[in-house]
Amino acid sequence: MQTNETKKTGASAFLGKMVRKQVMIPLAALLILFLFNLIMDPSFFKIELGYNSAGNPVLSGFLITILDSGSELAILAIGMTLVTAATGGQDISVGATTAIAGSVLLRVLCGTNSRPETLQAPIIVAFLAACVVAMLFGAFNGVLVAVFKIQPMIATLILYTAGRSIAAWINNNELPVVSDKTLTYFGEFIPGIPIPTPFFIAVACMIVIGLVLKFTNLRLYTQAVGINENSSRLNGLNPVFIKILSFVILGLCVAVVGLIKVSRISTINYSVIAKDIEMDAILAVALGGNALSGGKFNMTASIIGAYVIQCLTTTLYKFQVRSDALPAYKAIVVIVLVIVSAPVVREKFNAFMAKRKVKEAA
Amino acid sequence: MSKGFGSKIKNISDTNLLLTITVVVFFLMYIGAMIFQGEGFLKAQALFNILNANAALIILSCGMSIVMITGGIDISVGGVTALISMCCAVYLDKAGGSVAMSVVIALLIGLGFGLVQGFLVAYLEIQPFIVSLAGMFFARGMTTIVNTEPFNVSNEAFVALKNTRIIVPGMGSVNRLGNYVDAYVEIGVLVALLVVIVLFCVLKWTKLGRNFYAVGGNSQSALMLGINVKRTRFIAHLLCGVLAGIGGFVYFLHVGSGSPSHASGAEMNAIASSIIGGTMLTGGVGNIIGTFFGVLSLSTIQNIVSSAGLDQAWWTGITVAAMLCLFLVVQSVVMAVRKKGNAK
Repeated sequence: MQTNETKKTGASAFLGKMVRKQVMIPLAALLILFLFNLIMDPSFFKIELGYNSAGNPVLSGFLITILDSGSELAILAIGMTLVTAATGGQDISVGATTAIAGSVLLRVLCGTNSRPETLQAPIIVAFLAACVVAMLFGAFNGVLVAVFKIQPMIATLILYTAGRSIAAWINNNELPVVSDKTLTYFGEFIPGIPIPTPFFIAVACMIVIGLVLKFTNLRLYTQAVGINENSSRLNGLNPVFIKILSFVILGLCVAVVGLIKVSRISTINYSVIAKDIEMDAILAVALGGNALSGGKFNMTASIIGAYVIQCLTTTLYKFQVRSDALPAYKAIVVIVLVIVSAPVVREKFNAFMAKRKVKEAA
Repeated sequence: MSKGFGSKIKNISDTNLLLTITVVVFFLMYIGAMIFQGEGFLKAQALFNILNANAALIILSCGMSIVMITGGIDISVGGVTALISMCCAVYLDKAGGSVAMSVVIALLIGLGFGLVQGFLVAYLEIQPFIVSLAGMFFARGMTTIVNTEPFNVSNEAFVALKNTRIIVPGMGSVNRLGNYVDAYVEIGVLVALLVVIVLFCVLKWTKLGRNFYAVGGNSQSALMLGINVKRTRFIAHLLCGVLAGIGGFVYFLHVGSGSPSHASGAEMNAIASSIIGGTMLTGGVGNIIGTFFGVLSLSTIQNIVSSAGLDQAWWTGITVAAMLCLFLVVQSVVMAVRKKGNAK
């Protein structure tokens, strides 16, 4: 996104420098991962053009997998960045609300019959319904956080606990299956286009949020509320509204992810869909160098961070790490990352370097 | 038992309104369950069963409360519990180890997590949520690396310890066949009660306990008062780790098996219990007795739901969440009203 580098005047040029610095964090991590893969096994970068069962051309390879699965994460990272910036907390219910959005989508598509021959409603209607529901749940989180002043992590803990149950309840605990092939276009491939559709959806989301950040005051207001709620209120902003708005936007992102997730398998598994995705989304924001305590944010860095997280996951899969043992390795990487980027460590390191310079000079 | 707590509560209620709300709600709920559902809830054993099943959760929640009082959070406790169960199970069953050594292993694992997380949070100033998130990932992943398959422990000494029942005199009941059945608790419950009492004393009467509240309430002024903020935070996380070690072993003692899916969601239950018990995530407010009742309230409502015939899995999740929501809103409103009152 070019939105960050458009301002060229005095103070904002300095800001631009800082922004570029922040983008370097996920990019450096990505570079390390790529180098590691290049040394260990260059076949990581191989991309093959093949044909799937329907005879459509599809690209396959580890990089394509990263683009494919990372796109879900990138979409969530957009919303999560806004919530983090505005409230200084994170939404841990995104996985559960994804289940709800997916459940609503299938409920509308299938109607009362769980195995319909034809779709009971157009996909766009079902998607809009899912959007509305997900945004309502987002607003619920937002109201708890903004109006009742509950810490975001705890407020969203409510939906984290109940979300999957609600999702199962929406469909009477049945597992509706959609046989219509059009639905799979959103999560797999559109006939004739060899690049996975989720990537295009993610790009569309990025363009939308990029335009919104460029042409509205959303960025300024969100950061102002995140940095100091009281002074932003004294300056005429409405922190309650902005906080709720950030959660509603996250709800919209969640609905899009729900569509992709459901589209991938044409059905839903309430306890597995989008499992642990909240952790990955938060990590994406953190890896993007955004302070998890709120305030300034960098959307580009978060989005790159999301793809880096997915790159890490795919790398681990490639080295035959079992999916349930995956978190242990991820945790080590995360700890190393946060230690390196911790301000205290950086300060100590800088002081150490300065000392060495002085010694060398003397 | 309730009388002893009753007199204690009166003294605390002046300083902690939230605690009173929790205790009152718990008793109302339990009495309501007795009246409307009768049968099971009328027996003393029903309460003891809740204690037996939740002894580990009580210990974990105590650790969570202490960390939350200092303004942090530790979401790794569930993962640590699973890791401990698995390690102890493998050690006892496959390596033929002794029970005493398995206790040591449990404590060492807990201590290790506490040390590392405490150091990262307190001295490197990394957000506790991220640190313990990584801790949780690591513990869950390690559990499956140690052993993938769930299995039961058949070590004789351990099984004997697991089946030890401590009879509570005078609380027994007559079963359907007309025989008198003694009420009992498991060893874990005694450990949990001991932990609650010790921590209550520590928080109430020691310098360390007051430091926890001071650091959580306002770390800047705590620093100016000469409190070693970093060390206090470190000790809080260390304590939470050790308690996760104890809780992990108590959990293992209750279930007697190792499995990667053990204690799933225990961290969320522990957080929920602490909040229902009146601990605030912003720090500086909280009470161990409240946490104890928080666990009891949480499990009582689960029991009510399942005995009311709503046994579809989703109802438990929804009721727990609804209860959490209710308590959060009540807390927030009460605190807001209080603040307004103080301002006037």
